[in-house]
Amino acid sequence: MQLVLEKRAERSTAIALISPLIAIGLTVVTMSILFVLLGKNPLAALAVYFITPLTDGYSLQEIAVKAAPLVMIAIGLSLCYLANVWNIGAEGQFLVGAVAGSWLAVVTHGSDAGPWVLPSMLLFGAAAGALYALIPAICKVRFGASEILVSLMLVYVAELLLDYLVRGPWRDPAGFNFPTTAEFDPVATVPLLIEGGRLHLGVAITLLVVAGAAVLLGRTIKGFEIRVVGAAPRAARFGGFKSNQLILLTFAISGALAGLAGIIEVAGPIGHLQPGISPGYGFTAIIVAFLGRLNPVGILIAGLFLALTFIGGEQAQIAMKIPLDMTKVFQGILLFYVLACDSLILYRIRLIMPQRKAADGTA
Amino acid sequence: MGLLEAIILSVLAASTPLLIAATGELITERAGVLNLGVEGMMILGAACGFGGTLLTGSTIVGAICGMLAGTALSLIFAAMALGLAVNQVATGLALTILGIGLSGLIGAGFVGERIATAPHLYIPGLTDIPYVGRILFGEDGFVYLSLLLVIAVWLFLYRTRAGLILRAAGDNHVSAHALGYPVLRIRLYAVMFGGACAGLAGAYLPLAYTPFFIPGMTAGRGWIALALVVFSSWRPGRLVVGAYLFGAVTILQLHAQGWGIGIPSQLMSALPYLATVVVLVLISRARTGGSTAPAALGTVFVPDR
Repeated sequence: MQLVLEKRAERSTAIALISPLIAIGLTVVTMSILFVLLGKNPLAALAVYFITPLTDGYSLQEIAVKAAPLVMIAIGLSLCYLANVWNIGAEGQFLVGAVAGSWLAVVTHGSDAGPWVLPSMLLFGAAAGALYALIPAICKVRFGASEILVSLMLVYVAELLLDYLVRGPWRDPAGFNFPTTAEFDPVATVPLLIEGGRLHLGVAITLLVVAGAAVLLGRTIKGFEIRVVGAAPRAARFGGFKSNQLILLTFAISGALAGLAGIIEVAGPIGHLQPGISPGYGFTAIIVAFLGRLNPVGILIAGLFLALTFIGGEQAQIAMKIPLDMTKVFQGILLFYVLACDSLILYRIRLIMPQRKAADGTA
Repeated sequence: MGLLEAIILSVLAASTPLLIAATGELITERAGVLNLGVEGMMILGAACGFGGTLLTGSTIVGAICGMLAGTALSLIFAAMALGLAVNQVATGLALTILGIGLSGLIGAGFVGERIATAPHLYIPGLTDIPYVGRILFGEDGFVYLSLLLVIAVWLFLYRTRAGLILRAAGDNHVSAHALGYPVLRIRLYAVMFGGACAGLAGAYLPLAYTPFFIPGMTAGRGWIALALVVFSSWRPGRLVVGAYLFGAVTILQLHAQGWGIGIPSQLMSALPYLATVVVLVLISRARTGGSTAPAALGTVFVPDR
C-alpha cells in the first residue's frame, strides 16, 4: 500500500478557494498540541491569540497598523514570485528605505523646514529600497548569480549599516547614549488619520498600493507579461517578452514598496530611527504573499491575519507567559500547511494497493 | 603562542561549521534537491546540541542531539518537497522560519547557562611541537571529523556505485527513474544527510566555538554554507578551500577590529556577507560557458508509476 501524487487534469478551483482555510485550520490544531506541550490551556491560549485582539478598538487599529507594512512588502514580493524570481531580502530593503528616508529627517532636525520634508522622505525611502533590490537583480541578469543568496546577504549588511548610523554619526546627542536618532520633527512624521487614534496615512497608502497592484496584474500588459514569464518562460520568449527587464522591474517595484514601508514605519508608529525597527516584517511578508495566493486582495486579508498573530503573540506573552518565539513557530507551520494545501490544487493523493502478479500463483 | 598560530587556530574553528553544513548541503544538491533551510536546521541543531550537553555534560550527546534535530527538520522538508512536490525554495524558507522559532522556544531557558567546551586532542610530544603542533594535533574533534567527512563524501560521490546513482538522480531524474532507481528515496536519504550535517554544524557553535547559547547565534552561517556550495561548483575538494577562505575573512575582520583600525566595526562585520556576494558574482560570471550545477537541481519530480 502506498500513497502517490497524481497530476490533476486541470487546477481544482474548489481547493484553490478553500486551501488557505484548511491551512489555517491545520495550523490551529498543531498550535493547540504545542500549547499542551508547553503546559498551557490550549483553548485559553488560542483565545488570547485570535479573539482578544479583535475585541477592542485599540487592538483593531493596532492590527491595521501592523498589517500595513506586511501587506505593502508582500504585494511587491508577489510580483517577483509571480515572475518566478526570488527576492527574499525584503527585510534589508525595508531597513535601507528606513535609513535613506531618515537621513532627511536627521539633517532637517530642528530647522524650520516646510511640509516638503515628509513627501521627500517617502520618495527617498522608496528609491533607496528599489536601488538596494536592484543589486541582486543586476547580479542575476548580468552575471547569473543566485538572487536568493545575494538578496539575503544584503539583509545582514543593511542591519549593520543601520546599527552603525544610529550608534555613530546619527545618534541623538541628548539621547543618554542610547542607539537612536532624535525624535523626528512634526514635519517629518507620518500624520494620523484620526487624531488620538493609531491609524496613520501609511494605512491609506497601503490600500492604494493594493488597488494599484490589482490593476497592474489584472488590467495591464506588463502584469500579463510578469505572469507569463513566471508560468511559461518558453512561451514568454516566443512572445518576445524581455524577461531580464521584467526581473529588474519586479525587483525594483518590490524593493521600492519595502523601502516605502520601512520609512513609513520609522516616520509613523516609531517616530525615530533605532535598531530593531522591524520584528521580521520582510520575512513574515513572504508568508503573507503565499497565504494570499500571490493575489492583491488575498494578500490584504492574509496581512491582516498575520498582523493579528503578532498582536496576539504579544498579548499571550504578557497574559500567559508564552514565549514570543511561538509567533515565529506559528508562522513557519502556517507557511508549511499553505504550501502543502497548494500542492493539492495541482495534484491529488491516491492510495495504491499493491498489485499481485499473476505469476506468483497466489491470485 | 604566536599571533599567526592563534589566527590559524581560530580560522580553523570558524571554518568548521561552514564546512560541515556545506558538505551536507552538497550531497543534498547533488541529488537534485535545493534545501534552503540550512540556517533553520543549524540554529535548531545549536539549541538542541546545547541542551543535550547541558543536561548530560557530554559533548558527544550534544552533537548527536544536534544531528537528530537537524534530521527531524529535514524530514519535514522531505515530506513537503518530495512527498507533496511543493516548490523547494518556498519550503526551504518555511523551514528556516520554523527552525528559528523553535530554537527560540527551546533555547529560552538556556540563556545565561554555560557548558564546558569540547575537549581538544592532546598527544604528548606531537601536540607540543612548536608552531605546528597545536594546529595539526591539538584541535577539537569536530575539526578532524569535518575533514574526514569531506574525504568520505568525495569517495562516495566519485568512487562508489551508490554515489554515481545519486549524481544520476540529481542530473536527470527522468532517466534515473526509467532505469529503475528509486529517485525519491535517494533524494530522501540525501536530504536527511544534509539535515544531520546542518544540525551537527549548528551544534558545533555552542559546543566548541562559544560555550553558551544565544538566540540567532548562527548569524547567517547557514546561508553562507549555501553560497559555499555554489562557490565549490558542487565539488567537495573546493568546498574545503572555500570554507577556510571564509573562515579567514571572518577571523581577520575580528582581529582588525581588535587592532583598532579606524574603520567602523560594523563595516568589518559586514565583510563576510559582502565577500559572499562578490564571490557569487565572480564564480557565476566565470561559468558563463556552461553551468556546473546538477541539471535537475530544484525541480520537482513526480514519478509516473
